[in-house]
Amino acid sequence: MKAVITVVGADRTGILALVASECAARNCNILDVSQTIVDGVFTMTMIADMDGLTESFEAFAEHMEAVGDSNDLAVRVMNRAIFKAMHSI
Amino acid sequence: MQISEIQETIKMIDEECLDIRTITMGISLLDCIDPDIDTSCRKCEEKICRLAKDLVRTGDEIARTYGIPVVNKRISVTPIAFLVAASGGDPVKYAHMLERCARRLGVDFIGGYSALVQKGYAHGDRELIDSIPRALKETQHVCASVNIGSTKAGINMDAVKRMGEVIREAAELTVDDNCIGAAKLVVFCNAPEDNPFMAGAFHGVGEGDCVINVGVSGPGVVRAALAKAPKDAPIDRIADLIKRTAFKITRMGQLVGTVASEKLGVPFGIVDLSLAPTPAVGDSVAHILEEMGLETCGAYGTTAALAMLNDAVKKGGVMATSHVGGLSGAFIPVSEDAGMIDAARQGVLKLEKLEAMTAVCSVGLDMIVIPGETRADIISGIIADEAAIGMVNTKTTAVRLIPAIGKSIGETLDFGGLLGEGPVMPVNQTSDAVFINRGGRIPAPLQALKN
Repeated sequence: MKAVITVVGADRTGILALVASECAARNCNILDVSQTIVDGVFTMTMIADMDGLTESFEAFAEHMEAVGDSNDLAVRVMNRAIFKAMHSI
Repeated sequence: MQISEIQETIKMIDEECLDIRTITMGISLLDCIDPDIDTSCRKCEEKICRLAKDLVRTGDEIARTYGIPVVNKRISVTPIAFLVAASGGDPVKYAHMLERCARRLGVDFIGGYSALVQKGYAHGDRELIDSIPRALKETQHVCASVNIGSTKAGINMDAVKRMGEVIREAAELTVDDNCIGAAKLVVFCNAPEDNPFMAGAFHGVGEGDCVINVGVSGPGVVRAALAKAPKDAPIDRIADLIKRTAFKITRMGQLVGTVASEKLGVPFGIVDLSLAPTPAVGDSVAHILEEMGLETCGAYGTTAALAMLNDAVKKGGVMATSHVGGLSGAFIPVSEDAGMIDAARQGVLKLEKLEAMTAVCSVGLDMIVIPGETRADIISGIIADEAAIGMVNTKTTAVRLIPAIGKSIGETLDFGGLLGEGPVMPVNQTSDAVFINRGGRIPAPLQALKN
């Protein structure tokens, strides 16, 4: 299963590294990354492969959100199917 | 996949209150009927708890995995009057059984304490209807509904008369709890058999043994889409915008329904394409109408705007799902919609306007708090008028009125949660007693020679 990971927060050094290393530690393979910074607000969207996860998807999502919370970032992990369902026929 | 699309979806969920309002499991209890009421209740409880044991967990799991809130998990069952017909006994035993199931399974509501009497009373119907006020007082999660009319059968005026009294009794028995009994009771004309929304959900006898129905929400998303359109955009462009938005919302419902059905091993029934408001800020159908250009909901133009909204929601949603059903359209409950509450408080939105609005939208006079002194025959008159609109227009209409016992105009009933709070609205108290007391049946209307 592929997931979309979104990260929003005030821009600073090391956000991408932080999220990427948390993913790597849980064997989540990042497939695509897009990031923008507008007026100091950092927004990143990642597409990642969840098939090799070392834990359940729910546990991974919860962990990533907790990492976000403790670093003043809004992190969401969602199954990609929801975006496909909504935006493609 | 475009990044902008991902961001649009997330914004809908985070800021515009997009959610799946309910995953409702419909369960047939026909095979649980037994001549002994206690055996019948035991079989029902066993079947409901067996089939729905994973419902709440699955709903939460979907919410977690897909990142979309699934607000309610509910169950609808075969109208209990059918069971009472065979088992006899005190129908409230079934209500207690349903309440036990709801508590054990952790669902938000369980609907189906219902009777279908559009053409007349069969065995069990009268007993069930008489027991509704007590059943609603003694349970928390059980919802009741009665179908008193249809386009093909006409309107059962005996039942209309009785339901006016039952609504009052339900409110009187729960006077210490904001008259909540009446908020869990719906009187229908042309009730749909696959409706996932409460309080009117029941599992029709034409349905399969067990089925998953999904109700989507999303008034906030539609309002936000309209807010971006220029104020001088022609109304057909607005209709187009609503269609596009309804399509996206419904796709979400279709996905969640499909996944839930797979996980639970239960066939997927329908998506109900309704715009269901909540009292939360930014989740109001009234605010959509105001966004179209009305100063306050209830102003002239409201009925036309609502007609367009209702139609556009259906047109947009139909292609997004394989099976449409339930009530499908825009709901206009007063106490559950922040914009409606404000409009009613200001005196702009009146019962008469709401009645006109129900002729063009789904459902009907919903969650309206009326003065406690309103007599039963007046409530019956309101039910009869609303049923006539449904019968003649071949659509579902419903009445869910809450007589605020001991309160009068200007005061408020606060139910909390999704049911919200409602100001007591003025009701025309001119007597209709002779008309209501006639009883009998209004013959079914012609379906041709229409003007």
